[in-house]
Amino acid sequence: MRKIKETIIEKLILASGLASIFFVVLIFLFLIKEGLAVFQSVTPGAFLFGKSWYPISEPAQLGILPLILGSLLVTLGAAVISIPIGVGAAIYIAEIAPARIKDILKSGIELLAAIPSVVLGFIGMVTLVPLVKSLFHLPTGLTALSGSIMLAFMAMPTIVSIAEDALYSIPKNYKEGALALGATHWQAIWRVMLPAASSGILAAIMLGIGRVIGETMAVMMITGNAAVIPQSILVPVRTLTATIAAEMGEAVVGSEHYFALFAVGIVLFVISFGINVTADLFLHEKQSK
Amino acid sequence: MTKIITNGLNLFYGKFHALKNVNSGFGENRITAIIGPSGCGKSTLLRVFNRMNDLIDGVRTEGEVVIGEKNILAPATDLVALRKKVGMVFQRPNPFPLSIYENIVFGERIHGDKVKDDKLDEIAEKSLRDVLLWDELKDRLNEPALRLSLEQKQRLCIARVIAVKPDVLLMDEPCSTLDPNATQRVEELMRELKNKYTIIIVTHNMQQAARVSDDTGFMLLGELIEFGNTETVFTAPSDKRTEDYITGRYG
Ligand SMILES: Nc1ncnc2c1ncn2[C@@H]1O[C@H](COP(=O)(O)OP(=O)(O)OP(=O)(O)O)[C@@H](O)[C@H]1O
Ligand SMILES: [Mg+2]
Repeated sequence: MRKIKETIIEKLILASGLASIFFVVLIFLFLIKEGLAVFQSVTPGAFLFGKSWYPISEPAQLGILPLILGSLLVTLGAAVISIPIGVGAAIYIAEIAPARIKDILKSGIELLAAIPSVVLGFIGMVTLVPLVKSLFHLPTGLTALSGSIMLAFMAMPTIVSIAEDALYSIPKNYKEGALALGATHWQAIWRVMLPAASSGILAAIMLGIGRVIGETMAVMMITGNAAVIPQSILVPVRTLTATIAAEMGEAVVGSEHYFALFAVGIVLFVISFGINVTADLFLHEKQSK
Repeated sequence: MTKIITNGLNLFYGKFHALKNVNSGFGENRITAIIGPSGCGKSTLLRVFNRMNDLIDGVRTEGEVVIGEKNILAPATDLVALRKKVGMVFQRPNPFPLSIYENIVFGERIHGDKVKDDKLDEIAEKSLRDVLLWDELKDRLNEPALRLSLEQKQRLCIARVIAVKPDVLLMDEPCSTLDPNATQRVEELMRELKNKYTIIIVTHNMQQAARVSDDTGFMLLGELIEFGNTETVFTAPSDKRTEDYITGRYG
């Protein structure tokens, strides 16, 4: 009797596992099928490196280079802001903060992670955007920089909590060994603990950045959505994600435009997948050590 | 010459009284073994000498520990200077996840002001020679230290401490993770090192204490029950409890 129950449970678990894989494959196939159709009207080279994105002009121009650069610029800016602050905060929480402050900070970071991105985008729109505008005397504050700052807030919780974990889980005797040799606390952190935790910290960074690349709502609200190749970080840009979200509703099903948006989705998928796999590699390297 | 003197040393972990009125004198260029059942405070005593207990919250000490004419329990003690003079080798070998070379020169990198490469090379070679690892490892200096065998790791940790030029070597059960052959070789190494250093070794293994040490201290429940010449302690202990422990009547 118990045996039968076990078998049924096992089969159920197996079935749900298979179902989730099945759906992922299905989604993936759909994406590929719809996306690749765009290459009947435009070559892959012209699609990836074409400088103009005018999907509804006649004839349509389907070059996504401005969108790729828009995404890269916003992401890069977010990385430059969030990595040093995030890793610094992780070091502070893991090593320096007294127990009470540590608890407060950790809950604060969970709270930050729990803010829906629309809300962050909205707050950014009413506070950050005017600030950037007046600070740099710009015609508009809807710029790549505003997006970067906003996205940095979204990457930070991931970076802080995973990097803190990585620092926390390195063997205590590394630190003891360093201190016993007369190292100061900071020398022990810098010369021993950070190198020891480096793969975990890199994974934290990759996952944080992965979150930024896929983010849609907030960037759509505050980056200005101009599909032109950005010349600086103080101009409006449009990201891959925002393009899909903004245009999918109006694209006619089966049109070139529609297929092109799916192809944008493939590009996005490839980038995110690459980042996640790299992060995974770093995490596994850490475990096998 | 006495290198380390403890006067009325008491240590508390919060309310727990872990060291009770310890009075002792550790001789220079001698190996002193500290023995006693698990939990009697051996590691705690050892960690007083380089103030590693400072890392634990709620630790309080009373009394005096004099090393080189200074009471190192004084609040103004320069911990960096103290730990340069009093090196420690841990129970589990703990090489850093860096190269073999970087492990050895770690001390010089953090203490030296302008570090020159030839000086580092010199230190690396000398320290490795001192622990009899040079011939084995001289062509592998850039490999990760974590790839070494346990014995090699422990020797490397000793080399890393020696490279800082301490006067005192504290060793907390340095052989407990090693096999008998490796243990024997590390013991030989200790005998060689004692010409230059004051060595204090905590051990569970009474044979080891009898083999390597000149003096022996026996601890029980935070008290130093017996302290003296190893031969005397093992053959004619003055306290009944020491005799009971040595003849195997405690765990
Ligand atoms: N951080 C701590 N907080 C509270 N009590 C502690 C702490 N560290 C050790 N103790 C207690 O102090 C006593 C002495 O511990 P210590 O580690 O010095 O013993 P030991 O003789 O080295 O034992 P072992 O042979 O098992 O290594 C033990 O009763 C232990 O439970
Ligand atoms: Mg111990």
